[in-house]
Amino acid sequence: MLVEILDIVVAGLLMGGIYALIAVGFSLQYGVARVLNISHGEFIMLGAFITWMLYKVLGVNPLVSLAICGPIILIIGFLLYRTLFTRLRTSSESIGAYEGSSMLASFGLLFIIQNVAILIWGTDIKGYSYLNFGVNLGGAIFAANRLVTLLFAVVIGAAFYLFLARTRLGKAIRAAAQDPVTAGFMGVNINQVLALCFGFGALMAGFGGALISMCYPIQPTMGFQYTIIAIIVVVLGGLGSMVGSFIGGFVLGLIGSIVSYWQPGLSLTAYYLLFIVLLLAKPTGILGK
Amino acid sequence: MDISTLTSKRSLISESIILIIFILLAILPLYAPRYTVILLTSIFMYVVLTVSWVIFSGPTGYISLAPAAFFGVGIYTSAILGKILPLPIVICFGALASFCLALLVGALTLRLRGIYFAIFTFGLVEFIRHLLLFLELTVTGRRGRLVILVDQTIVYYVMLAIFAILLLTSYFIRRSKLGLALQSIGQNEDAAAHTGVNVTMVKVITFAISAFFMGATGAIMATRWTYIDPYTAFNPLYSFMPVLMAIFGGMGQLFGPVIGAAIFTYLEEVLLTRFPYYYMLIFGIILVVAILYLPGGLVGLAQKWRKGDLAEQHANP
Repeated sequence: MLVEILDIVVAGLLMGGIYALIAVGFSLQYGVARVLNISHGEFIMLGAFITWMLYKVLGVNPLVSLAICGPIILIIGFLLYRTLFTRLRTSSESIGAYEGSSMLASFGLLFIIQNVAILIWGTDIKGYSYLNFGVNLGGAIFAANRLVTLLFAVVIGAAFYLFLARTRLGKAIRAAAQDPVTAGFMGVNINQVLALCFGFGALMAGFGGALISMCYPIQPTMGFQYTIIAIIVVVLGGLGSMVGSFIGGFVLGLIGSIVSYWQPGLSLTAYYLLFIVLLLAKPTGILGK
Repeated sequence: MDISTLTSKRSLISESIILIIFILLAILPLYAPRYTVILLTSIFMYVVLTVSWVIFSGPTGYISLAPAAFFGVGIYTSAILGKILPLPIVICFGALASFCLALLVGALTLRLRGIYFAIFTFGLVEFIRHLLLFLELTVTGRRGRLVILVDQTIVYYVMLAIFAILLLTSYFIRRSKLGLALQSIGQNEDAAAHTGVNVTMVKVITFAISAFFMGATGAIMATRWTYIDPYTAFNPLYSFMPVLMAIFGGMGQLFGPVIGAAIFTYLEEVLLTRFPYYYMLIFGIILVVAILYLPGGLVGLAQKWRKGDLAEQHANP
């Protein structure tokens, strides 16, 4: 019994680590850059495929390729914001109108990125084997690669938190999240900071994707399910709250693990039920005011 | 005086043009090839989904991503009841089921505004889809269902009728107090409430009316697919397509969404047959370009040209 509980809890945390990472990225993009990025999962897919390519073609260690695919995706995200979303933001009449149109534009991006990926890599399921051996934790056995992903998810999350809390740029981002107009008056280059936020959000997704590729098979259409997970986690943790999203990721991972222990077919349904109930009962999230 | 006779003359002309178009469409199956009838049926399907989406989301600015839910409810009504009831009753049931679901959803989601409403409606589609799949697998033991076949000409006429009724409904809503109330909600919801608009009532009723037509469409279109399962019936694409088509056509005028949906469905047909691998890619590019460069849609663009490109001419919001 105790081993079973341990099994469920650790499995939930392992899944939760990745959820937390991608949700923090999503939250950053919505909370600061005001883009409800439906194409978030596509950046996860890009991260996964870049890591897979580097491993297959050049034999690069997946953990090392975090440092390669991260910056690439950061730049893609940054440029996308500067070209597409900055224009949308300046031409929108209100923040509400901008949120609507940027969400729809990101939906267009989803199709573009996903189909370019299909043209490049095809629709087959791909994967590789990395650190694929069991580790015994108090009687329950877990794959080493999944434990590594949890470790990295926590480290990346913590590092990003410190970056936001301690550095000047982090302060500018927090200021822009609270009130972009006033932040602009205080000398924050708002277009640059918002674009960076979008880029960092994409970076988190890319990291998440690279970690996912170590444990699970990947394919170009994999992104959307993670976007949905990110939306649910972010609603759980409160839209725009980075800490809430990080914790929410682990909470959702645990819930998923518990539900799939009883009834594997219902875990996604449980996520949506939770999502709908939360939106109706407490739209500000579990940590919201 | 001059102006009013002029506009009434103008509307008389446009009304007679619409009437002629409808008469032509009504006798079309008599002479046109079968392929044209089937293509037009698809066009009607998207036109109805788009126009009914615009009834609620156009003036209020609430982005509903629930069309797939209402469409899917119609499809499933048809799949379940199609074998035991005659077609007209099945369609009515499909429409009513969607209507009731929309009343329920509308009443539940009143407090949600802006982006919360959009993601709620999106989540709703996914929730129904997964719950239904689970129920089908555990209760019936099968993933999908077979739907009765109906003659293509009948499907065509039913869609034409739904389209005509929808156009009339949409036209009268725009000209009624309800339409004005919707516009005022879109501009400033709090102010609308203060001026005596029953905001809750107006939103829920309109949302349900738009769902009614989507449900009816789902019920009749289901007969074209013969086999359905929760993944095809509640495909989120049916939520996003109407939004895209409405933006593409322009929501300021009644015929904007009609034109947008008609052109887009035709485009989809052409692209799918000629460039199946690039279809979704092109679709995405058009979506992004339309949002960036066509804030008033095709109709807005046409109006802009007609007005001689006066600076900053935007279509009605």
